[in-house]
Amino acid sequence: MKKFTTFNKLSIILGLSFLYIPIVLLVIFSFNESRLVTVWAGFSTKWYGELMQNQGILNAASITLKVAFISSTMATVLGTMAGFSMSRFGRFRGRTLFNGMIYAPLVMPEVITGLSLLLMFVAISFNRGMWTITLAHTTFAMCYVAVVIQSRLTSFDRSIEEAAMDLGCTPLKTFFVITLPIIMPAVVSGWLLSFTLSLDDLVIASFTTGPGATTLPMKIYSMVRLGVTPEINAISTIMVGVVAAGVVIASFLHKRSEARIAKGEMMAGAAP
Amino acid sequence: MMPEEINARTDTGRHNNGGISRMVRECRPYIWGAKLCRAYGLQGRSITVAIPYLWMLLLFMAPFLIVLKVSFSEIRIAIPPYAPLFQFIDNSYIQITLQLKNYAMLFKDALYVNSYLSSLKIASISTIITLAVGYPIAYAMARAPREWRLTLLMLVILPFWTSFLIRVYAWIAILKPEGFLNIVLIWAGIIDKPLIILHTDWAVYIGIVYSYLPFMILPLYANLEKMDFSLLEAASDLGCPPGKTFWKITFPLSMPGIIAGCFLVFIPAVGEFVIPDLLGGSSTLMIGKTLWTEFFNNRDWPLSSAVAVVLLLMLVVPIVWFQRFQARRGAVDVV
Repeated sequence: MKKFTTFNKLSIILGLSFLYIPIVLLVIFSFNESRLVTVWAGFSTKWYGELMQNQGILNAASITLKVAFISSTMATVLGTMAGFSMSRFGRFRGRTLFNGMIYAPLVMPEVITGLSLLLMFVAISFNRGMWTITLAHTTFAMCYVAVVIQSRLTSFDRSIEEAAMDLGCTPLKTFFVITLPIIMPAVVSGWLLSFTLSLDDLVIASFTTGPGATTLPMKIYSMVRLGVTPEINAISTIMVGVVAAGVVIASFLHKRSEARIAKGEMMAGAAP
Repeated sequence: MMPEEINARTDTGRHNNGGISRMVRECRPYIWGAKLCRAYGLQGRSITVAIPYLWMLLLFMAPFLIVLKVSFSEIRIAIPPYAPLFQFIDNSYIQITLQLKNYAMLFKDALYVNSYLSSLKIASISTIITLAVGYPIAYAMARAPREWRLTLLMLVILPFWTSFLIRVYAWIAILKPEGFLNIVLIWAGIIDKPLIILHTDWAVYIGIVYSYLPFMILPLYANLEKMDFSLLEAASDLGCPPGKTFWKITFPLSMPGIIAGCFLVFIPAVGEFVIPDLLGGSSTLMIGKTLWTEFFNNRDWPLSSAVAVVLLLMLVVPIVWFQRFQARRGAVDVV
């Protein structure tokens, strides 16, 4: 009886249009000749050219990429450890607090996270700048990684690990030789998620930044406050393009590795 | 945190009878536990827990305690711009000054009370609209042919990966008086004067619904996809009209997905800053925006800390409730 009705089709079409039309318009008008963002005056890439001359934006982009790269790498390591602890170690002391601390930042308003981190950096007189933003991003991104890793590990066939340990493999080696390669797609998507979250963050970065460290979202925000311009559309298009390419590549890798694992499991007779 | 202690506790924590007998009982498993730990290399385990644990304590828990502390202090012109709570007097007394002025201010000044109430109102209304918009989409996705589902899921998640700020910015060009929406509506002859939507609460609703729609669709889809459609078949075989089947069977069965989705939209929407700041008008009060203004424009750190503490207290009930709910259902991926 699983009919796919016209109403169903219509809701998907309308829903996806709602999600994509704003982004598509943004991209189209980044190639507009005119300074007016809503009136089409011919195709031009001049706003991209102007972007490349804007030293402020280039600096902001380089800081943002550095912060995103370092924080997502740290968040992936910490988050994998946290996710592994949550799914494998049963009841350790303080587990409730630990779970609470991992889940809370996912829904915590950013203004609170940002303010609290800033007040702490001030309290310990930590020099604010690129590094404080990096630490702040690591903290909230690792929670997302932990959740991704945890949900991957719940559907994990533990008999493979047990087999390795029965054959004398140490737990540490088992993790690196057996567990990590299998959960690698989840680790990679955790890293990508952290990277985009960091690339995206305005509020926490604004609170925790110091003199001289302006990230791209902060720069865009200050430009947006002055009005809608084709330059902002051009940076936005580049950012959207980079992220979309990353996600598509990641899902492609994911599919390939899933297929490889499925094949391996089948050959080992481990598939149900 | 001693590594052995954690593991020993996992074994003995259940016996809590107290007294000497407990000490004796706990003593031996403790030694054995420690030996077992070493034999099986379980120190690695403790380290695996301890590093992220300490990280979160230092960069998540401690900052909150500092916010709490600062919220009780007084503003002053210095670096940092708040007075210390503890002061040594003659090296023998500690004077603790708890300034309740900031909290009194939150209740006296109508601006703050209105900001809190209006945040709750805007978040609730947008959550309901998001549910109404997201449900048909999630339902259709769950019923779509199997080979389409993964692609549809990808298409819904993809906007979530692109920048929040950019997606909100994109709506300015659509909603402003000479924007795309008005151009289309006037061209279609539906209206003859541009609608004023940007910088009103309506723009904020649209912004929240748009930005948080994937958070609503994903848990709903996960729930609806697992639903046993033979139940619907049974209902219709027994003569139940489709509308009634939906309200009697589908809707109640999808309750866990609805609750999860609503929380994922409501909680972050209450403290939202970017959407009311860029799309809302000067009359749109939301507490995230008020906190931001208090901090960056008025530079009143103690007062903004108090605003944050009260906001957190407001959200603590739904957050804890949501966590319990999630824990009961087992870990569900949020993203």
